[in-house]
Amino acid sequence: MSPLSVLRVALRALVRNKMRAGLTTLGVVIGVGAVVAMVAIGEGAKAQVQKAFESMGTDLIVVLPGSQSFGGMQGGFGSGQTLTWDDLRAIQTELSAVRGAAPQLRHNTPVLGDGNNWATQVFGTTADFHAVRNWAVELGRPLQAPDVDGAAKVAVLGRTVAEQLWGEPTRAIGEVLRIKGVPYEVVGVLTPKGQSPMGQDYDDTVLVPAKTFMTKVQGGIKQHIPGSILIAAKDGRDSARTAQQVTALLRDRHKVPDGEPDDFQIRNLAEMANAQQQGTQTLTMLLMAIAAVSLLVGGIGIMNIMLVSVTERTREIGVRMAVGARPIDVLLQFLVESLTLAVIGGAIGVGLGVGGAALLTANFGWPTVVRPDVIALAVGFSGVVGVAFGIYPARKAAALDPIQALRYE
Amino acid sequence: MGSAAILTLEHVSKTYLTGEVPVRALVDTSLEVHAGELLAIMGSSGSGKSTLMNLLGCLDRPSEGRYLLDGRDVSRMSRSELAVVRNRLIGFVFQSFQLLPRTSAVENVELPLLYRALGSSERRRRALQALARVGLAERAGHHPSQLSGGQQQRVAIARALVGEPKVVLADEPTGNLDSVTSVEVMALLQQLVGDGMTVVLVTHEHDIAAFASRVVTIKDGRVVSDLRQTPVPAVPHPTSAVGGTLAATGAP
Repeated sequence: MSPLSVLRVALRALVRNKMRAGLTTLGVVIGVGAVVAMVAIGEGAKAQVQKAFESMGTDLIVVLPGSQSFGGMQGGFGSGQTLTWDDLRAIQTELSAVRGAAPQLRHNTPVLGDGNNWATQVFGTTADFHAVRNWAVELGRPLQAPDVDGAAKVAVLGRTVAEQLWGEPTRAIGEVLRIKGVPYEVVGVLTPKGQSPMGQDYDDTVLVPAKTFMTKVQGGIKQHIPGSILIAAKDGRDSARTAQQVTALLRDRHKVPDGEPDDFQIRNLAEMANAQQQGTQTLTMLLMAIAAVSLLVGGIGIMNIMLVSVTERTREIGVRMAVGARPIDVLLQFLVESLTLAVIGGAIGVGLGVGGAALLTANFGWPTVVRPDVIALAVGFSGVVGVAFGIYPARKAAALDPIQALRYE
Repeated sequence: MGSAAILTLEHVSKTYLTGEVPVRALVDTSLEVHAGELLAIMGSSGSGKSTLMNLLGCLDRPSEGRYLLDGRDVSRMSRSELAVVRNRLIGFVFQSFQLLPRTSAVENVELPLLYRALGSSERRRRALQALARVGLAERAGHHPSQLSGGQQQRVAIARALVGEPKVVLADEPTGNLDSVTSVEVMALLQQLVGDGMTVVLVTHEHDIAAFASRVVTIKDGRVVSDLRQTPVPAVPHPTSAVGGTLAATGAP
């Protein structure tokens, strides 16, 4: 029997019982639909987290100074001042896995410009900051080495600040920004970077030279860095290895004895990103498990109906065998029938899943990503379900004795 | 007649082991059926005639002895090989017609060809030809439920013919039909024999056996008589469709 005739016979048998075929496929439809929609949601969440971490820079390491105790009270990380400018220079020059490093001195304060005021984060940093954060200017120029060395009163604005004070970022260039009453010339506006994974607006920021920051915004002890050090791992290098190098270097420089805790803290953003990823991955796995169970139930539904169908069509099987159908022909006929049921169910399920995902995105703003390989997998898996659960009824049909089958009432 | 044997049973026995006591349905039976014969197998129920028919039709295998069909020993063939033999060499006609419900006449007739390597248009052409041969060309699209009993049996005969088998086996082909329709069906079978086909039919009615050229009677699983006779020609009722077809085709 040619494959085309087998398929045609199977389709005709299904069309003859449209209602029954439809209800039978429902299990697979829901199963596959759930898989596709769930994976789309899971992938969407994953993609969103990934994008957020990418905007932050997954190759970044933050070194915070250690804690300090005041009269028996242990302060948090950053309360002490254990990092020095010499540490920064050593990190920049001595470590093979480091692409760049920049200080990050932070102070929250209102700034004034064009008659408006806006509370924002002012960062004191160096010209290296742009390279380390991978963050160029959109307008004007970035911070440059002479600005930092000469403690120039210049500022580079985040886009949000420029918009809040001047309305148009282009109008801010060359204007005067006041921080704590001190005038700064706005020399540049940063390209917009969006939100951090925690929902913080990166563009709500002002950059000034570190030296200027220390004298005009927030003072500190001369050789210490009153803030953190931002380090970028060398391209393609594992940020964990970079963190190891930095730890070893700083422990050596600070003469921390073996066994004593670090007098600084390192935050590896790639590790945080991985932890987040694992969270969404666990969720995706869970959803997949639920979907697999519903596919299993769908498969049992198909097996049930195929068994009913074999019993109902016992005489037909007998006639077919009498006129020359071999056991393998009968087997294939029923197997193709259950396979067709499952694959049609799978295809409808894919449509439902993709539609459902699109609906979620449109109505609730959930990010969803429909991956073609997931669709192929879902349809393929429903085919496997069709064969796995169709083989028993099909074998039962093929094993029938034609004489008995013809006499079946 | 008198030509080569097309079906040969050599000391064939069939024993069923269904219950505790083995049932010997057929005992040491030898039989030769020649090409062009219209053989009627007679016997009461339980005589073993159905077993004989199932063996002749390759639906079952003998417990002992040999069965040669068209010169080939089929007694030890596998289920798959027997299916191919049935498809190529045998056409079946059943008492209860055994047409597939909700399937048109022409598709029912096509069924044996489905298990051969034939294109769908060639299958359709041959099926329509077979339907025309039994006088039902105009009913090709009808479903069995839209046809009378006689018409259904003629569709079944067309299905038996379509593969051009060596032999047609008819198991009580008139058992579910009235006497007028029975004569129609028998006329059709006689016509097949006239065209060179071999037909074996099982019946318990002497009226029907009278249309055969040879009557074999079985009792308790053994052949008790084997008689050749001059067949009574089956003359269909003048209003019958078959009669018209016979006249139209000018069959002898």
